[in-house]
Amino acid sequence: MTLTDDASQAPTAERRQDRRHERDVALPRWMWVPAVVGFLVIALPVLGLLVEADWRRMPELLTSDAALAALRLSLETAAASTVLCILLGGPLAAVLARGRLPGLRALRSVVLLPLVLPPVVGGLALLYLVGARGLVGEGLRLAFGVTVPFTTVAVVIAQTFVAMPFLVVSLEGALRTAGERYEAVAATLGASPALTFRRVTVPLVLPGLMSGTVLAFARCLGEFGATITFAGNLQGTTQTLPLLVYLQRETDDAGAVALSLLLVVVAILVIVVARPRNTEGLR
Amino acid sequence: MKVRALLGLLAGLALLLAGCGGGSGASAASPTSGDAAPRTLTVLAAASLTETFNAMKTQFETDNPGVTVRISYGGSSDLASQIVNGAPADVFAAASDATMKTVTDKSLTAAPPVSFATNVLQIATQPGNPKGIATFADLAKPGLKVVVCAPPVPCGAAEQKVEKATGVTLTPVSQETDVKSVLGKVSSGNADAGLVYVTDVTAAKGQVQGVSFPEAQQAVTNYPIAVVKNAPQADLAQKWVALVTGEFGQKTLQAAGFGAPQA
Repeated sequence: MTLTDDASQAPTAERRQDRRHERDVALPRWMWVPAVVGFLVIALPVLGLLVEADWRRMPELLTSDAALAALRLSLETAAASTVLCILLGGPLAAVLARGRLPGLRALRSVVLLPLVLPPVVGGLALLYLVGARGLVGEGLRLAFGVTVPFTTVAVVIAQTFVAMPFLVVSLEGALRTAGERYEAVAATLGASPALTFRRVTVPLVLPGLMSGTVLAFARCLGEFGATITFAGNLQGTTQTLPLLVYLQRETDDAGAVALSLLLVVVAILVIVVARPRNTEGLR
Repeated sequence: MKVRALLGLLAGLALLLAGCGGGSGASAASPTSGDAAPRTLTVLAAASLTETFNAMKTQFETDNPGVTVRISYGGSSDLASQIVNGAPADVFAAASDATMKTVTDKSLTAAPPVSFATNVLQIATQPGNPKGIATFADLAKPGLKVVVCAPPVPCGAAEQKVEKATGVTLTPVSQETDVKSVLGKVSSGNADAGLVYVTDVTAAKGQVQGVSFPEAQQAVTNYPIAVVKNAPQADLAQKWVALVTGEFGQKTLQAAGFGAPQA
């Protein structure tokens, strides 16, 4: 018990000291200019959405069957994908950070691929792997009569594919920063690897895990390219919010703007709910 | 399908760059040839026109030395909103009257649009038509994976019209955002059948098999073309419209499966 407390509190204390120091360090004045421009680059487009919005039609636009179905599907699939990211990406990050394997560096490059690839390419790759004539898809169809594209499962697979690297990168970084000292001490005190992992490693990297989880969830919510190429688009089954926004824009700009704002609100909620731990993790 | 289109685009870009390089080199060597200043005509065209307009581009550039035709293909509504938002363009060729209307509603064409082609829906199936699809009603058979365009897209609107005319309600597995995606889902073997335009089946060159159905005539899609208001190359734009509506253009379009323009 005391072991856990010490492990998780030691870095917090250090961090507080860091913060006190930061107040004394003055920022070069020129830095404000690019900082403000950078902020505007992010903030102004969102402001543009707000200006464009048709507030009187907003309630009607946001409560249409399609909008509600898409919001629900987006939240459900993003949650399912995030859980998958944690279950699979967590151990993957641990292996990458602590494993002693030849070729680990090459393995890491592969894991980072979805960060660099355009999502559409990821969707195509998934389609050729799990699609009707794909390597795995054909086998699934012949053996079980199961086809993956056009199902909600396909949406979850697409989201997991694009989001997992975010979790792996955050968590691996946290694991490396935390180092192995506390684990080593726990081991000398007679703790088994499993107990050390549960009582020392997990509490130590919890902020990193949290920030990774938030990033992964956010990436899942915004997923568009891989979903549209791999899963298709059908209300209630595969039509997530970004897909609906893209389609609405064809005929109804006001509807597209309203749904975009809905996504902005969801995104802000995600950031606000997770913020305290999230920023700690990024420090 | 998309990968091939991308490769084609890259190859086109490379050619374009090579062409530009050669052009500037030549003009540097003979700076006195003033009247043959290189000019660029910008055409925004619906994606379904890709093959035919590329053929016309070659013809146009041969007929008008020193002119480069730059064609931006895309979804009609995307292109329309680009014009509405001030993208520089000379000609707009749309795949539906509705999308052209968003431009004419803002008085952004130099003259009223004219029809230059029509297109009808066709069922695309796997090569050999293994599921034996013969009619539109066959698409409603249980267990069949059918892909269509989403209702807001022109091809989806046409599909909805056919459903209404026939009284047959389809339960598609996906409503794609454009017609080429529907084609891709069929040609990649992931869907048993899809509703696309006749011209898409022709362009797919045997990767899918087309099945015509009489009800398609209930939803003929019109293709209007217009010179954009304040076009930077207004005279060339007029020439382009003349080429598309003239003999060469019409022959090219009809060889690709397009129907004669609406009167």
